[in-house]
Amino acid sequence: MVTEHDSLLGGYRVLDLTDEKGHLCGKVLGDFGADVIKVEKPGGDPSRNIGPFYKDIPHPEKSLFWFSTNTSKRGITLNIETLDGREILRRLVETADFVVESFQPGYMDDLGLGYSELKKAKPGIIVTSITPFGQTGPYARYQSTDLVGCAMGGLARLLGDLGRPPVRMSCDPQAYLHAGLQGALGSVVAHYHRELTGEGQHVDVSMQEAVTLALMHAVEIYEIMKVNVIGMGQFFVSVRPAPQPPLFTRLIMPCKDGYVFATFGGGGFGGQVQSSRALVEWANEQGMLMEFKDSDFTQWDASTLSQEESDRRWAVFGDFVNTKTRSELYEQAVKRGIMLAPCNTIEDITRNAQLEARGFWEKVEHRELGETITYPGAPLKIKETPWRIQRRAPLIGEHNDEVYGEELGFSREEMAVLKARGVV
Amino acid sequence: MARQVFEGIKVADFTWAAVGPQVGRELAEHGATVVRVESHRRLDPVRTFAPFRDGVPGVNRSAFGTEYNTNKYGISLDLNKPKAQEVARRLVTWADIVGDSMTPGTMARLGLDYGSCRRINPSVIYFSTTQQGQYGPHRDFQGVGHHVNAIAGFSECTGWPDSDPTMVFPAYSDFISPWYLLIAVMGALLRRRKTGEGMYIEQAQLEAGLTFLAPHVLDYMVNKRVVTRGGNRDRYMSPHGVYPCRGADRWVAIAVTNDKQWQRFCNMTGDPEWAGDPRFNSVIGRKENEDELDGLIGEWTKNYTPEQVMTILQDAGVPAGVVQTSEDLLNDPQLKHRQHFRVLDHPEIGPHSYHAPAYRLSQTPCDMKRPAPCLGQHNDYVYKEILGFSDDEIADMLVEGVITTDADAPTKM
Repeated sequence: MVTEHDSLLGGYRVLDLTDEKGHLCGKVLGDFGADVIKVEKPGGDPSRNIGPFYKDIPHPEKSLFWFSTNTSKRGITLNIETLDGREILRRLVETADFVVESFQPGYMDDLGLGYSELKKAKPGIIVTSITPFGQTGPYARYQSTDLVGCAMGGLARLLGDLGRPPVRMSCDPQAYLHAGLQGALGSVVAHYHRELTGEGQHVDVSMQEAVTLALMHAVEIYEIMKVNVIGMGQFFVSVRPAPQPPLFTRLIMPCKDGYVFATFGGGGFGGQVQSSRALVEWANEQGMLMEFKDSDFTQWDASTLSQEESDRRWAVFGDFVNTKTRSELYEQAVKRGIMLAPCNTIEDITRNAQLEARGFWEKVEHRELGETITYPGAPLKIKETPWRIQRRAPLIGEHNDEVYGEELGFSREEMAVLKARGVV
Repeated sequence: MARQVFEGIKVADFTWAAVGPQVGRELAEHGATVVRVESHRRLDPVRTFAPFRDGVPGVNRSAFGTEYNTNKYGISLDLNKPKAQEVARRLVTWADIVGDSMTPGTMARLGLDYGSCRRINPSVIYFSTTQQGQYGPHRDFQGVGHHVNAIAGFSECTGWPDSDPTMVFPAYSDFISPWYLLIAVMGALLRRRKTGEGMYIEQAQLEAGLTFLAPHVLDYMVNKRVVTRGGNRDRYMSPHGVYPCRGADRWVAIAVTNDKQWQRFCNMTGDPEWAGDPRFNSVIGRKENEDELDGLIGEWTKNYTPEQVMTILQDAGVPAGVVQTSEDLLNDPQLKHRQHFRVLDHPEIGPHSYHAPAYRLSQTPCDMKRPAPCLGQHNDYVYKEILGFSDDEIADMLVEGVITTDADAPTKM
């Protein structure tokens, strides 16, 4: 049982009414200690139909997507479109500190459950609304999915191969996760303010903006240089001042047993200078890259290098890389301070020695499945108030008894009536 | 102006590149006093990358260098000098929060690790963030966020089945890590109000990034399935993809999530003959004939601009969106409504855009009022008003090179 002494958000309650666009918000708050109650419509949230599934069995209690984005939450069912349901939600809001939702803008207001109404139930309540584009504005009513979110936020344009359509990442969803994490962040900023003043507020999260924050300096490049960054496949494009054409360098290069991401060069970036020197030193030990022995990498000037010369140098460099496996290259990269990394698969990452040594992986019990599943663990480490997965994601209505019965005082008979009426 | 959430909170920001600075930025945007400590002798890498105003490189001319430093004060200090370390300690004593993103061991060598800081400021909240963490066999790995893209698996998962892993332009975990740090830092501040205690927060950006692969980690752990490049395919939805539009290299994303939307999609595309093809009637049928369907849809979309396709389909409740370029984003009416890009006037770059947060607070909106600092821009203010040095002491530090100047910057950038 998590407390306020051994967690960051222990003692605070979150009512989580989100769909897949916002699940991560409640998970983050819960993993940092909050008492998160996932509120689903009777029969379960439709996002339980999103795979992948445990042993590929498509079933609302076996969605690995659901498992992975709803840790640390308890679960109740409630139909807020019924009068009884709304009343129950208001009662729950009185006990809560946060309400998180991802309905279409206006939906909660139409039900009499908008921020101003919920504030009457609990004056200091923080309501976090996660939507594709925000509560208001020309696109507020637009429909979105992960792909559309990545497209409208500018991420898809930056990804993919030269001469082929822009792509989203195939390890989906991503846009939803950005939105959810921004929801958690905004909620805690509001929470900080409330702790100092008692005042709650409405936190209006835009998935589009969340994605736009993940573009690095693409927009800055356009604003200053009037060049749109597009997906360039395995290549990095150095945008250079006119009249220099952009410089293409193939940073994802083949090695003996796969691919690595590697950079070479120097100039003003001290880390890259040292890396190039270290790589050359290693290669020289084997009689390779001899032309770069004693090179002054601080004088490497990507802004004036010709494509031809750059290609020539990188080909020599690539020839050396191609003689080594991913793990040989990575081992030396770590040892010598070379900026090179293997293009790992998910399988590779689960065998990564660093993650293993740091105890990154978390084992979560799934008693109904008769096994323990390994999950990604903490996004950061704190000794006094550690992040922790409090429990696996909830089953449908798993905590109806606890919440409705024990806490709100509904009798079994009353629960039966509510069930029959489709309220829970 | 409404009350600022972090009014009175003080941050000693020793971080550089993208992750650490975004923590200070968000706090500064909501009222904290954030002092960035930099040196002309060892530049923050983002100051050395394009885009430079007018294409002319310069320490203060990169809009990449400014992006993560809105509202901050900036000082120049060569931490390698013992006197500078004393100065830094004075700043640590002043601060509530200390940010570190240097390679592991560096802050300790400078006498500015958590233990040292805690001795002079017992309730300090201190975060350290690096690619792979402060300890472990790979902790000394030299890299930037793009290396983490590769190690975490984002490169492997981006692109097409018949092609190689691809560069993911953004250093992706750099735009996941800071948000977790902020949550922890705010939690630490609140805990300190109750307990008087500080906190040490340690982060490996690889780990933070991996939280965004959670469903696929479970898919591997349970089903031994290894996620890989799939273009724009979705497990369930069809049509689902990116389609060519009228104009040079213009694209629209369309995702039909249910039968009703499929009906409307067919209507809005003018009920073409192929829409009535029984093979496309069911989602399974559409999935089995996806390549052909995508080709046919592309024949329709290519007659329209992406904005037109988006409007036509969204008016019918079908998810569709322009695959926005950076230019599109700067002109996007919804982002304008949100005031996502706020223009601030930088001394050397001139007026240019800074990102606002992704959330809007109804009572305590952020106040983005200062562009990123030029290197050492606020030396006077910080050394005198915050740290209490006299004019003579500051002059001495300049002479000794403890406070660096433009003359100390590298000739080649």
